[in-house]
Amino acid sequence: MADLDCGDIEQLLNLTESFAEVSERPIPKVPALRGKTIAWLFYEDSTRTRLSFETAAKRLSADTMNFSVSSSSVKKGESLRDTVQTISAMGVDGIVVRHSGAGAPQRIAEWTDASIVNAGDGWHQHPTQSLLDLYTATRHLGSLDGRRIAIVGDIKHSRVARSNAIGFAKMGAEVTFVAPQTLLPANIEGWPAKVTHDLDEVIEDIDICYLLRMQLERQNQAVVPTLREFHEEYGLTTARADRLRRDALIMHPGPMNRGVEISGEVADRPNAVITEQVTNGIAVRMAVLYLLLGSGLDLVDERTQVA
Amino acid sequence: MSDVGTTTAIKGGTVIDQNGSRRADVMVSDDGTIVAVGEGLDGDRTLDATDCVVSPGFVDLHVHLRQPGKEEAETIETGARGAALGGFTSVIAMPNTTPAMDCASVVREVIDLAADTICDVRPSAAITVGRDGETLAPMAELVKLGVRIFTDDGTGIQDDRLMRTALEYAGSLSHLSGGQPIVLAQHCEVNSLSEGTYMHEGEWSSRLGIPGQPSEAEELMVMRDIALARLTGTRVHFQHMSTAGSVAMIRAAKAAGLPITAEAATHHFCLTDACCADYDPIYKVHPPLRTDADVEAVKEGLADGTIDAIATDHAPHTPQDKERTFADAPPGMLGLETAFALANTHLDIPIETLLAAMSWRPAAIAGLQADHGGPIAVGSAANLAIIDPNTTWTVSGDAMASRSNNTPYEGMALRGRTRHTILRGEAIVIDGEAQR
Repeated sequence: MADLDCGDIEQLLNLTESFAEVSERPIPKVPALRGKTIAWLFYEDSTRTRLSFETAAKRLSADTMNFSVSSSSVKKGESLRDTVQTISAMGVDGIVVRHSGAGAPQRIAEWTDASIVNAGDGWHQHPTQSLLDLYTATRHLGSLDGRRIAIVGDIKHSRVARSNAIGFAKMGAEVTFVAPQTLLPANIEGWPAKVTHDLDEVIEDIDICYLLRMQLERQNQAVVPTLREFHEEYGLTTARADRLRRDALIMHPGPMNRGVEISGEVADRPNAVITEQVTNGIAVRMAVLYLLLGSGLDLVDERTQVA
Repeated sequence: MSDVGTTTAIKGGTVIDQNGSRRADVMVSDDGTIVAVGEGLDGDRTLDATDCVVSPGFVDLHVHLRQPGKEEAETIETGARGAALGGFTSVIAMPNTTPAMDCASVVREVIDLAADTICDVRPSAAITVGRDGETLAPMAELVKLGVRIFTDDGTGIQDDRLMRTALEYAGSLSHLSGGQPIVLAQHCEVNSLSEGTYMHEGEWSSRLGIPGQPSEAEELMVMRDIALARLTGTRVHFQHMSTAGSVAMIRAAKAAGLPITAEAATHHFCLTDACCADYDPIYKVHPPLRTDADVEAVKEGLADGTIDAIATDHAPHTPQDKERTFADAPPGMLGLETAFALANTHLDIPIETLLAAMSWRPAAIAGLQADHGGPIAVGSAANLAIIDPNTTWTVSGDAMASRSNNTPYEGMALRGRTRHTILRGEAIVIDGEAQR
């Protein structure tokens, strides 16, 4: 996200709009990427992002192939470079990468001429998630300039939080992280985000309450005493949701833990746009794939990754 | 002169050792000793040292030569060649080999493999069996084989009681070492704060999304081991000190008269965590690269003598091992052939201080002062580094003697280079070329 400027993002969101229209057609398919081949290189389990990208590619008529590698094969000895060059040798135009190691897409881009799309790298970035969040928020709120977004929960381990802090700030929004210190990065000096430990302090003033998935195993690492306490202090409880402004959006990148970061009832409220985020994800990923593989547009250089 | 063997006169240089600096030629004999120091010496052979400094050979307290077990990355022979090219006449091989240097048979193998190398390779040995931090290695037996430095390098002894026991036991072995002190060298790192981390925790790790370890992971163990050195009276050597807090604690502990010494690795005063910005694991090292403030503190520690020695932590890895993500790649970088040049380029200290940290102070820590580290005087062992401090050259990993090429300084112009190296009176490096 750091490499995109506000104009790039707006261009991408405009393109997303037209692909969203495609998705509403009786036959939601265009020949934009016919003859192009995209490989999925997923070193980390992912159902939703994978399906979303796959649907996007199919709606663009691209051929896809799966090079799903379990992270254990890295440990078995094949270097990342060899894996990437093997895929390249098959003549793919694009590689969509998900990896548990931060920076994997950047490394991979050094070793191949194919376009690289970052589908999430470690704690680092998840750019298409951020773009779909921006698209969804814009559809409801119009311009994000001056809007306030609270990103709540496990910021430290979240690539979504890192991408969205940059993405929303670039569109003019005011970003606040809400978390206990144990769930915040060690040093966020210079980030376009404020920090508070108190969700109640900001709940009435925000336009978007963006909840992050709390990874349940973190409890074992004692970053929070109990999930119940986390829910009480940092969850979007019914009582807190009632204090939100009437037009404020509730967003979540999924998968949700109902009853942890968000109460079950709140997740189904009309202003919770969580399933719409999923729908929009397909159009955003169509736009990203089209820009990288199908058009001469200069969003990012063909050989650089969207990151 | 036939009674002193074949002689080599090193002419035109400036001699610098622990006794100071003076213009002098030095004549060495292939029987291994210095036979004359003075003006206008002529030997059977001549080595030009014009514009050069003639120093006691360098001593590196910290190298990984990967043998036995990982010969694809380095061997004792290739590592020793790199060391000689860097001006080192002795290096201490770390015990994290496979199998670990934790018993007589493996230590003996290393001694055998080093019998004819062009640098004097001395084995350290593990403090605990398998470097697992649980059971003491047979230290007395290993001391009898010549081991003077024990370390579980790559990891620190986590258990307080075990570290205390190791210090007390090591402290009672000097009758087996001819009175030489036995040193426990510690890789200071509290695992519970560093597990699953790959770089320094701070601004950069936060931005990059790479799990980081705080400086305190090192500092807490430095603090504990200072306390245990006080308790036991046994010497503790602190390896690759990387944080400002560590340097400050060591300065205070030395002022209190405790028996401790410390080293800093070259990369900890040349590089910072900002180098990791492009996720290139060439910059992944252990302990991790720290901040500008830490680099400054390490430099100050070297300038005022708080840090006794410059070590390389030479850690070769094959290209394929580094062609991974930052998290998956192993930590370590080459150091032997760039150490003097890096110190000479990056440290703003008198050359006498620099040479002390690269030669006679580490020689004393390792108990090698009879053979290495000067002084340059008639009758002393003829182990010398002849260096040109003003020449500029460009680093190339592929041009190095190492089997690996993982240098972070590739393409960098550095000032100062080893011209000749003398080992036991033999010119084993001449004009930057290894002679065998």
